[in-house]
Amino acid sequence: MSNIGAIDGHDAHHDDDHHHGPAKGITRWIYTTNHKDIGSLYLWFSLAMFLLGGTFALVIRLELFQPGLQFVEPNFFNQMTTMHGLIMVFGAVMPAFVGLANWMIPMMIGAPDMALPRMNNWSFWILPFAFTMLASTLLMEAGAPNFGWTFYAPLSTTYAPETVTFFIFAVHMMGASSIMGSINIIATIQNLRAPGMTYMKMPLFVWTWLITAYLLLAVMPVLAGVVTMMLFDVHFGTSFFNAAGGGDPVLFQHVFWFFGHPEVYIMILPAFGVISEIISTFSRKRLFGYDSMVYATSSIAFLSFIVWAHHMFTTGMPLAGELFFMYATMLIAVPTGVKVFNWISTMFKGSITFETPMLFAIAFVVLFTMGGFTGLMLAIAPADFQYHDTYFVVAHFHYVLVPGSVFSIMAAVYYWLPKWTGNMYDETLGKLHFWLSFVGINILFFPQHFLGLAGMPRRIPDYALQFADFNMVSSIGGFLFGFSQLLFVFVVIKCVRGGKKASAEVWEGSHGLEWTVPSPAPYHTFTTPPPIAENAHARVETKGDV
Amino acid sequence: MSETPDKQTNQPPKNSRLVQKLLLGAVGMFGFGFALVPLYDVFCDITGLNGKTGGRYAYEAAEVEVNEERLVTVQFRAMNNAGMSWQFEPMVRQVEVHPGELTEVMFYARNPSSSTIVGQAVPSVSPFRSADYLHKTECFCFSQQTLLAGEEIDMPLRFFIDQDIPEEITKLTLSYTLFDVTANFQRATSSL
Ligand code: HEM
Ligand SMILES: [Cu+2]
Repeated sequence: MSNIGAIDGHDAHHDDDHHHGPAKGITRWIYTTNHKDIGSLYLWFSLAMFLLGGTFALVIRLELFQPGLQFVEPNFFNQMTTMHGLIMVFGAVMPAFVGLANWMIPMMIGAPDMALPRMNNWSFWILPFAFTMLASTLLMEAGAPNFGWTFYAPLSTTYAPETVTFFIFAVHMMGASSIMGSINIIATIQNLRAPGMTYMKMPLFVWTWLITAYLLLAVMPVLAGVVTMMLFDVHFGTSFFNAAGGGDPVLFQHVFWFFGHPEVYIMILPAFGVISEIISTFSRKRLFGYDSMVYATSSIAFLSFIVWAHHMFTTGMPLAGELFFMYATMLIAVPTGVKVFNWISTMFKGSITFETPMLFAIAFVVLFTMGGFTGLMLAIAPADFQYHDTYFVVAHFHYVLVPGSVFSIMAAVYYWLPKWTGNMYDETLGKLHFWLSFVGINILFFPQHFLGLAGMPRRIPDYALQFADFNMVSSIGGFLFGFSQLLFVFVVIKCVRGGKKASAEVWEGSHGLEWTVPSPAPYHTFTTPPPIAENAHARVETKGDV
Repeated sequence: MSETPDKQTNQPPKNSRLVQKLLLGAVGMFGFGFALVPLYDVFCDITGLNGKTGGRYAYEAAEVEVNEERLVTVQFRAMNNAGMSWQFEPMVRQVEVHPGELTEVMFYARNPSSSTIVGQAVPSVSPFRSADYLHKTECFCFSQQTLLAGEEIDMPLRFFIDQDIPEEITKLTLSYTLFDVTANFQRATSSL
C-alpha cells in the first residue's frame, strides 16, 4: 500500500487552498471518491489480475510444451483456459482502461473530477469481491469453471460444475461495475467539459472512451441477461438453452455473441485513443485526420452490433446469413484501415523519437494490423469452416488483444507515469521491457498461426505429434513474455518510488490539458475550468506543434 | 471527502437527468436480452430456420385435399443425446406420401437400463425450408415418455405433408433426438 500512497505524492497541497490532500492510511483507499485515487486502484487491481491470469497462461503453455499429459489433468487444463480468458478480459484489460479513463479523462477535458464520485468508488470496490469469488472456485471441490470464457450452453448449464453459480454472480457483479463505470464516464464527458472544450476539440482518448462507454452500456446488460438465463436453467428448471425442454443451445450463442463481439471492440477502442495520443506526441505532429478518426471509431462501434454471427459460421446458418455476416464483418476493415492510415500519416515526415511509449505504440500499429488481417481471413465464411476452433483463431485474437490492447495499456502507463508520479521511469529498463515483450510475443503467438492452419484444435491439453515443434517454440515465447512482465512491475514500482523529476510537459511534443498541470498531478486539478484556446483543434496549442 | 463536482459546477439536475436516461437504457438492454428469446423463436418461425416443426395440427379430412400427382419421400432418423441409454429407432426408415395424405408410422423405444428413465424427443426437419410443410397431428414428441427398467414401447407419429409444399422439395428428413430428462422430471414432481 505504501507504494500506492506514493503515486500521488504527499506534497500535493499547494494547488487549492480550500482543498485538503488525501486522507492517510488505508481508509483513504476505501472511502476515496477522488478520480486519481480510483484510477490508481483500478490500475493496480488490473496489474494484479494480469499477473494472476498470466500465471494461468503459463500453466497452459507448460502443459503444451510437449505432447502428452505431463503436469495437469485435462479438467484442470480446461479450468485454466477458462479462468485465463475470464480474468484477462474482465479483470485485466477492462479495468485497466477504466483506470486510465478515471485518471485521464477529467484532466483531459478540464473537469475537477468524475461526475459521480461516490458511484465511482462503488464501481471499483465491487471488482475485488467479484474476482475473489470467481477465483475462490479454484479451491473448491468441484473446481473452477471449465467451459471456456465463452461459456457455451449446455456445457455451462447441464454439464457445468456446481461452481457455475459463483461464476454467474461474479459476472453479475462485474457487469454492475462496468455499467456504473460507463454511466460515470458518459456523464463526465457530456456534462463536465471545461467551457470551450467542444466535442470536436476533445482528445481522441476521450472520444474513444465516450463511444466505448455507450457500447458497454448497451451490451453489459445483455451479458447480465444471458447469465441470468443460465442461472434459471441451472437452478429453476427453465429451458432457455435446454433442447430437451424446448430451448435452443444455438440461442445461447446468438445472445452471447451479441454481447461478445461489441465486447472485443470495448477492449480495443480505448487502445485506439491511447495510440493516437502517443503517436502524435512522439512524431511531434498533430494527429493526421482527427475528424476521420472520430467517424471511423463511431462506424466501428455501430458495425460491431451487426457482425456477431461471424463467430457462428459453422452452426448451420442459412447461406444468406453466412453472406450477410461475412460482408458486414469485412466492412469493419474499412474504418479500421482508415485508422491505421492516419497513424502512419501522422508519423510520416514527423521528427520521431523512440521513447518506450512510442516503441509500444509502433509495435501496436504493426502487430494489431496483422491481427486485423487474420480477422479478415476468418471473416471469409467458407474458409472459416477450416479455421474455426483451431489455434488460428487463438493466434488471431491474441494478436489483437496482447500486442493490441495490452501493449496500448503499457504504452499508456509509460506515457503518463511521469505525470502520475512526478518521476521519470527508467528509460533503459523500459526499452528492455519493450524489446523482451516484443520478441517474446511474436515467438509466442506467431507459430500458433501455423498450428491452426495445420489443424490443431484450441482448448486441448494434448496434441498429435506433428504439432510438437511449434508448440515448444510457442511455449518458450510464452515464458519469455511472461517473465518479462516482472521487469514491467519492477520499472513501475521503481518509478513510483523515485527517479529523475519530471517537468509539467514531460514530453517535448506533448499537447493537451493534462500536460499543463504540474507533475505529479496535484490531488485536485481544474477546480476552476482552464481556458481552452480558441483555435485549438482537438487540443491546446503548444510549442511542440509543427 | 471533497465536494462533489456537482456543487462546483452547479450541474446536479443535468447529471441526474442524464444518469436516469442512461440507467433506463441499461435496463432496456437487459430486457432486450430476454426479448431475444421470443424474437429468436419468431424469427425461426417466420423463416422456417432451424428446422423447428410446429405443435399439434388439426387435420380435417374434409378440408385437406390429397394431391395424387406428387410423391414426397419422408425419411426418419432417431438418435440419442449424450447420456441417453434407450434403444430408439424408427420402425420404417422412409415412406413415400402424397401431399395431404395422412400417414402413420411407429417408433420403437426400449429402456435397457435397470432404472426408470423419462425421455423427451425433440424433432428437427431438414432442409429447413420444408419444416413449415410438415404437419404433425399426433406425435410422441408432444409429451414425455416414462419407461420402467426393461420396458419397451411403440410410439405413434401421424403426419401429413402440406399441399403447398414447393415443387423442388421431393425429399425431407424428420430427425428426432432423444433426451434423458429424468432429472428435470424429478425436480418438477418433487417441487409439487
Ligand atoms: C478487422 C477486424 C476483425 C475481424 C474481421 C475479426 C474477425 C473475427 C472472426 C471472423 C472471428 C471468429 C473466428 C472463429 O471462431 O472461427 C474472430 C474471433 C475473435 N476475435 Fe476478431 N476480428 C477482428 C478484430 C478483432 C479485435 C479488434 C478483437 C479484440 C480486440 C478481436 C477479438 C476476437 C476474439 C477474442 C475472438 C475469438 C473469440 C472466441 O471464440 O473465443 N477481433 N474475429
Ligand atoms: Cu467478433
